[in-house]
Amino acid sequence: MEALNKQETTSIPKLALISLLVFVGNLIVHSLIFIFLRDTPLNPALYAILAIIWGVFGVYSIYFTLNWVVEKYPTKIRARIQPYIFVGPAVLLLGWLLFLPTLRTFYLSLFGPNSTNFVGISNYIAVFTDRLLITALRNNLMWVVFGATACIVFGLLIAVLADRSNFEKTAKAIIFMPMAISMVAAGVIWKFIYFYQPGDEQIGLLNAIVVALGGSPQAWTSMLQPWNNLFLIIILIWMQTGFAMVLFSAALKGIPAELLEAARIDGANEFTIFFKIIIPYMMGTIISVSTTIIVFTLKIFDIIMVMTGGQYETDVVATQFYRQFFMYRNFGYGSTLAIVLLIAVIPVIILNLRQFRKQGGF
Amino acid sequence: MNKKNSKWMVNLVLALICLIWLIPTAGLFISSFRPASDILDTGWWTVFPHRAWVTEDQLSLDPDTDLSAPIKVNGQTYTNDQLTEGVVVDNTRLIWRNRRARLLDVQTKQWNSNANFTLENYQAVLGGKEYIITMPDGTTRTEKGSNLSRSFLNTLTVSIPATIIPLLIATFAAYAFAWLNFIGRKSIFVIVIALLVVPLQVALIPILKDYTSLGLNGTFLGIWLAHATFGLPLTTYFLFNYISQLPKDIFESAFIDGASNFTIFTKLILPLSVPALASIGIFQFLWVWNDYLVALVFLGGQPDVQVLSMRIADMVGSRGNDWHLLTSAAFVSMIMPLSVFFLLQRFFVRGLLGGSVKG
Repeated sequence: MEALNKQETTSIPKLALISLLVFVGNLIVHSLIFIFLRDTPLNPALYAILAIIWGVFGVYSIYFTLNWVVEKYPTKIRARIQPYIFVGPAVLLLGWLLFLPTLRTFYLSLFGPNSTNFVGISNYIAVFTDRLLITALRNNLMWVVFGATACIVFGLLIAVLADRSNFEKTAKAIIFMPMAISMVAAGVIWKFIYFYQPGDEQIGLLNAIVVALGGSPQAWTSMLQPWNNLFLIIILIWMQTGFAMVLFSAALKGIPAELLEAARIDGANEFTIFFKIIIPYMMGTIISVSTTIIVFTLKIFDIIMVMTGGQYETDVVATQFYRQFFMYRNFGYGSTLAIVLLIAVIPVIILNLRQFRKQGGF
Repeated sequence: MNKKNSKWMVNLVLALICLIWLIPTAGLFISSFRPASDILDTGWWTVFPHRAWVTEDQLSLDPDTDLSAPIKVNGQTYTNDQLTEGVVVDNTRLIWRNRRARLLDVQTKQWNSNANFTLENYQAVLGGKEYIITMPDGTTRTEKGSNLSRSFLNTLTVSIPATIIPLLIATFAAYAFAWLNFIGRKSIFVIVIALLVVPLQVALIPILKDYTSLGLNGTFLGIWLAHATFGLPLTTYFLFNYISQLPKDIFESAFIDGASNFTIFTKLILPLSVPALASIGIFQFLWVWNDYLVALVFLGGQPDVQVLSMRIADMVGSRGNDWHLLTSAAFVSMIMPLSVFFLLQRFFVRGLLGGSVKG
């Protein structure tokens, strides 16, 4: 009770001044730390420790001090502003670094290379007529059609197999493991598998197998266009099947055993059960996994960058975007490509929102 | 097909798939411990015992032997082409060692394995140790290794705050969205959900411009904010699902006891959300640790801030055939995510499930 009285004695102008001081104080303190860390030469290990401590406790201290001020306000005003202190940082970050940039990128996409002359939709026309960019679009389509489909089909197949096997946990861990590997490291792993050298001694596994079977070694990722894209897609399949499998496997466990038992008693064979019961039952999960994998596949970048750098007709929209923007300094084209990527994802946004409403999310 | 048979088939097919899935990583792992010259000469699978031709003896022909005419060796005659391919007589093989010097190898097939292992690759990659490679033609060259320790430290400096910052911000926001009343709650939340699927490429260019004018380019703060933002929609969505399911009674009794929202948050919400925070945290950590594009754009290539993935991508470009460095460097970059994965697999998988398997 005493605490409450004390709060109410502080006058509003005084409170406003304190709020301002806390806000500006936060800004100054964190800017000073930032400048200190940026400009002071420190031992790398010490630097890492200081930076991590600041990063972790800095955010908490911002919430703490702002909230400290808010709690000094009278109850009614406090109840009004406190929620904004809680969602504020999230909204500010998302607004500044994700929402506004999307609008700004769209704006840039209507301008020429230097963002000075307005060109209307001609960048968009160019994207769909330029040979290089059409190749990129074609490849993206290949990635989605072959890569995403294979991930989903294999994921489902392995989930069903694992469910009936004697070593489910181990198998799932093995298939899932590539999820933890970076695409750059995966690139190195697969570069080594596809490695080609003239002569008979092959140190790349695929060529060694081909030679052992009496064939001649191939430069898998460069010479066999457009098939080389498929060899890159295999890497995605290797990495993402585990993701699909884990989710399918969980959904599979959710199918009531009585339902399957009843079907078996009625004389249904395993294939009928799979297509008539298991698949329809898992449809919700299949849709959400597919959308996640499709979105992921549309943005594919690292694998191609490491494996071919986009050469040999393996460019996709994301790598072409990087090239246009950072190498050719064509800001208009770069932005247009990013927006094309966004447009490609819009159906997925709608599907996701609908799914979310169906789940009764809000 | 009876039940026992089909179970056997299922196990076999699954084991085969698992083997295929393991081979790429196993190959990298084995190669990373092989001496540089071995990697370049033979495939990594030759470390396992296998039957191969092993040179027993050498024959030196008359230096004037005419290679275009049939060649006499130990009373038999062969053509040059036959000797290039190798001629097999009674389990021994004759093959050119050096055609110009008229040297022949006499080989027999034996069990053998190239199991030479070394830690030198890791020393070269982690400590920047100098190393000597013997090239296939017998010459040697000395090169300086690549010092990854600094990039390892940098990756940690990027990943730890870039995991904890969005988690904290998202938990605060999720609590407000789930339990507090304020104007614009629904519409802001719907926008957050919609941002879930915005490809981050769309945001890169404007952020880069802002960062350049604020001096955030190439700094850790800049990349923390970027990673935090890109991870926020998913983290908030996931934590909202979790926190909104918590029982209402505990908040009410806390309120009656006079606790403020902030106290409820730190004393109740954070401790109760630990399982959800753990699973989504692992997910975010793996994502940040493995990231390449965001680091490439916002951190740049200066060695004092470069992260592992960038460093390795650089090495692939500049020393594409230095397999001893590439394989061990790739493995160094995998150590952290793989240990996190195997130690915390349970939480990680639960995190995935909480987020997407519904309906």
